[in-house]
Amino acid sequence: MIERRPVANFFSHAILILGVCIVAFPLYLAFVASTQSQEQIAASNPLSLIPGSHALETYRIALFGGENSRGGTFPPALPMMWVSLVTAVVIAVGKIVISLLSAFAIVYFRFPAKGLVFWMIFITLMLPVEVRIGPTYAVVSSLGMLNSYAGLTIPLIASATATFLFRQFFLTVPDELVEAARMDGASPMRFFWDVLLPLSKTSIAALFVIQFIYGWNQYLWPLLVTTNENMYPVVLGIKRLIAGEAYTEWNVVMATAILAMLPPALVVILMQKWFVKGLVDTEK
Amino acid sequence: MAPQLLVVLVFFFWPASQAVWQSLLSQDAFGISSEFAGLLNFSRLWADDTYLQSFKVTAVFSFLVAGCGLAIALLLAVMANGVIRGAGTYKTLLIWPYAVAPVVAGVLWVFMFSSPMGVISFALQSVGIQWNHLLNSTHAMTLIVIAAVWKQISYNFLFFLAGLQSIPKSLLEAAAIDGASPARRFWTIVFPLLTPTTFFLLVINVIYAFFDTFGIVDAATQGGPGKDTAILVYKVYFDGFKAMDMGGSAAQSVVLMVIVMALTVLQFRFIEKKVNY
Repeated sequence: MIERRPVANFFSHAILILGVCIVAFPLYLAFVASTQSQEQIAASNPLSLIPGSHALETYRIALFGGENSRGGTFPPALPMMWVSLVTAVVIAVGKIVISLLSAFAIVYFRFPAKGLVFWMIFITLMLPVEVRIGPTYAVVSSLGMLNSYAGLTIPLIASATATFLFRQFFLTVPDELVEAARMDGASPMRFFWDVLLPLSKTSIAALFVIQFIYGWNQYLWPLLVTTNENMYPVVLGIKRLIAGEAYTEWNVVMATAILAMLPPALVVILMQKWFVKGLVDTEK
Repeated sequence: MAPQLLVVLVFFFWPASQAVWQSLLSQDAFGISSEFAGLLNFSRLWADDTYLQSFKVTAVFSFLVAGCGLAIALLLAVMANGVIRGAGTYKTLLIWPYAVAPVVAGVLWVFMFSSPMGVISFALQSVGIQWNHLLNSTHAMTLIVIAAVWKQISYNFLFFLAGLQSIPKSLLEAAAIDGASPARRFWTIVFPLLTPTTFFLLVINVIYAFFDTFGIVDAATQGGPGKDTAILVYKVYFDGFKAMDMGGSAAQSVVLMVIVMALTVLQFRFIEKKVNY
């Protein structure tokens, strides 16, 4: 960067390419496995690194279900992906809406016990849902929310990361804007809709990406609250395909894994700019 | 305001206080009656070898994950920051593992290490290492560490890259004019200026290793062989939902809560101070 150093530059590229290859290798292998037939994989020692010719068949089984070689059936991944999608979107949107409103209240209104309220929300930042699985499970089941979208999503919305980010952002909005809006006779909600919301568009986009991935990738929580096959998210479905290592039909497992990776990976790559910005801003 | 408060109250404070309360109760096997047991559950925990073992496992695991993850990501970020062309492409190619669910990461890596079709286990075998993560606990630990590091690299990489790009070029140029070699520039200027980022990532990585790796452990080793890869979160889940020891599980939850709080407080105190030289 400062001197011209072709050797060092070449070296950097070499390390980066090596890194990219190592990072991508598991994905490539999964793809290869998903294009071979069960017999090919079972007979291979080790797996060949060249894609096979059974891709369509495997993905058809993975998506729509079908019979496995032992006479059982594969659960179709398509409905599971739908569950994942709904869960992820509800979590992302729910968190953003709730957090926008409460950050708005915290920053712009004075009300009794404001400090206590802020502190109560803030402390949730510290405890991920994994820590309180047992008791949260008890609460959800006593509210009759097992096996429902409400049970899958609402407990995960109860966290303050987004509120915190919006609070930080609102604090940087100049007071002149508030005053100008009030001079022009705008009500607080009007100010919120017409001034604050357009200003926070980038933060919202960034948060959406992060929360979507968070929601899509939830594993432990769905594992507890869903007992009905219709409510399994796809991430859980993959785990259930691995029955015992010897009988696992890896081609279908890998096809499902790729299907499960695709939506969040696409979201990350397509919305990369906002995602990176949001990630780096959220945490600091 | 009201909706968030409600959600937070019902799904956060209620469970959290329940956890504390349950950790003080002792339940019979059918969960019909429970009586107040004081700190019995906690003292049982401290006397329980498997729990102390799980602590040790978690410590080793998070140390390895954070250490390896940070070192590799820093290396890649420095390289990406140094290249003249293509940094953006490398970034795109390196960030996608962030989107992979921990369980999926676990499954991918188990597949590569499983025999007979696993590619890596085959390669290891040809150099004389008999890989078996189902029986050998060192192998099992290595497997989950690799999977966990792989998934976390993109996150660390992004933060290191952002940190590197915010270092003023003029400092480096001045050092170069004074005749400092690239290595020396890195260790005396870049690395110290990155300390806040590194420290922040260290805490985040430890938290990640503590909690978000449940999926990896469950998919790759299920805490086995024996209990040699049962990290604390896995044990909370196992004791509470498989072994049905609600009191013990709740006590473990409380211990975990205390650990996270300590870590978070640590993080915020240092971020406030912005560890700087």
